[in-house]
Amino acid sequence: PPAHSRSDWIGPPDKHSNLRPVIFYVPPEESALERRLREARQEAQASNQRFWARHNRAFRQEKEEFIYSRLKAKGLEMRDESGQKATLNAEEMADFYKDFLSKNFKKHLQYNRDWYKRNFRITFLMGQVALVRALRWLRRRKKNVEQ
Amino acid sequence: MSAARRCRPPRALAGLFVWRLRNTSVRQMPCQFVPLYHVANDRLITFQYFNFLKRMYVTQCNKDLSQRAKPKSDSAVSPFHELQQLDQEKKVVHKISPVSPVHQSWSETSSRNELREKKSAAETEDSVIPVGAESKEDRQWKEMKLRLDDLPGILARLSKIKLTALVVSTASAGFAMAPVPFELTRFLLASLGTGLASCAANSINQFFEVPFDSNMNRTKNRPLVRGQLSPLLAVCFAACCGIPGIALLTLGVNPLTGALGAFNIFLYTCCYTPLKRMSIANTWVGAVVGAVPPIMGWTAATGSLDAGALLLGGILYSWQFPHFNALSWGLREDYSRGGYCMMSVTHPGLCRRVALRHCLALIGLSTVAPVLDITTWTFPIISLPINLYISYLGFRFYRDADRSSSRKLFFCSLWHLPMLLLVMFTCKKSVLEKEDKGDLPGGSHERAMEIRLP
Repeated sequence: PPAHSRSDWIGPPDKHSNLRPVIFYVPPEESALERRLREARQEAQASNQRFWARHNRAFRQEKEEFIYSRLKAKGLEMRDESGQKATLNAEEMADFYKDFLSKNFKKHLQYNRDWYKRNFRITFLMGQVALVRALRWLRRRKKNVEQ
Repeated sequence: MSAARRCRPPRALAGLFVWRLRNTSVRQMPCQFVPLYHVANDRLITFQYFNFLKRMYVTQCNKDLSQRAKPKSDSAVSPFHELQQLDQEKKVVHKISPVSPVHQSWSETSSRNELREKKSAAETEDSVIPVGAESKEDRQWKEMKLRLDDLPGILARLSKIKLTALVVSTASAGFAMAPVPFELTRFLLASLGTGLASCAANSINQFFEVPFDSNMNRTKNRPLVRGQLSPLLAVCFAACCGIPGIALLTLGVNPLTGALGAFNIFLYTCCYTPLKRMSIANTWVGAVVGAVPPIMGWTAATGSLDAGALLLGGILYSWQFPHFNALSWGLREDYSRGGYCMMSVTHPGLCRRVALRHCLALIGLSTVAPVLDITTWTFPIISLPINLYISYLGFRFYRDADRSSSRKLFFCSLWHLPMLLLVMFTCKKSVLEKEDKGDLPGGSHERAMEIRLP
């Protein structure tokens, strides 16, 4: 984003985590409250990115391993004669999906709790910042009117 | 049309314009409200403005183009690497100018494009966003600034407007089926209140699910995921819809309907949404959420919870299962990766059994309707063909358990419900007849019409 921009910028989804990164604008006269909000958002973004990148990578890897082991059991190679990547049909993959979900269940529960807490906190801080800004704007308006 | 011709210029040109924009010392990126006096370089003002327009045209046209060809996957470096190299603006620029379409999985989206009107429990609304729009806009860095003219579209997507419309229509079906004279103002108030409550519930649902939505193909274009809206605004919108909606229902219609509306919002946002990630019981809770609107419609008309209301709710409740189970059958990979506990992933056999069971239950419930004096006996007879058909598809799904049978069942459920409700409405037993305790299969329809006129 341009160096002179005064707002946050959001980018295309990350290849690993599918989350969109945000570059936060740091205003020169940032208040303590606004700084807390920005840091909370940055922290949440980093944590989400870590979790999903790792999770998705693990999914892809385990999926590959599963396909490989199943194909081997069937006596097939990873690629058939035409060079196309061999895949299993949906029913065979279903076993893998079920397995993967149950394996990661606890991880997801923990992440959910984390995410909900962060989300509420960030939104609450946003509300506070918005309120403070609105009051400041009103006060300035009153001053202008008086002048 | 010149606008159409402007679509044709290679996308690289558009990227070039963007590059030019970046290199001028402009205060803010394409924003119509940019005060032009901020622009440092005077001679570039007009060029700047035209660039913006051109860019707008290109992106607008892309929105209308429906690109069916499978785009090649992007080989760009992960954006997170960019964060560390912010000072090197060139790097960011290079990422944008060779705009290549975003890789997308078409397995789900191609089928969804057919479902313009119908809506299924929040699953398909995102398909209508033409895929072409993503290929260009998705690959760019966007300013997180709310634009007022985009706001209606964003809010429509946030509130899942198509699903809301379906919910309101089931509520009006409930209202229409109630055995009382029809009151227009009451009907409109009830519909409006239900619609607002549904908007609020959907917004909160999206607010809760941002990181999960971004990881699933079906939902990755939602406004909060794309940063078009801040979470605070989403919550405020939900409050601005929910509170007036419930107030309207409680004060304008009756307290019972208001209470049901509030209960449904609570059930959807605080029970169903978290439960989706904890246990398969979420499907049953979700079915109740779907069953409440017709009950609300009925209580809005009569003011009390009768057996008829519960029957209508029961029909909607049973309908949810073949509908949702068939849909979720094709989304197993996304659900598994996203951490959603759905029957189709963890208990596939149960998934299909339940779908079939409830298809058959629909036949049973349709038969009960005349017993409760809601409709005449023509209703179970006329509705038998469509109920049998969906049960047949449910049986095929149960036996074959493959993608084609699940899709057939899903699409059938989409037209089955409106058809069933329509047949029910035409077979409605008129109020007069109920007093006579008579049963006139042929004449009931006309009598019902007479009663309904004020």
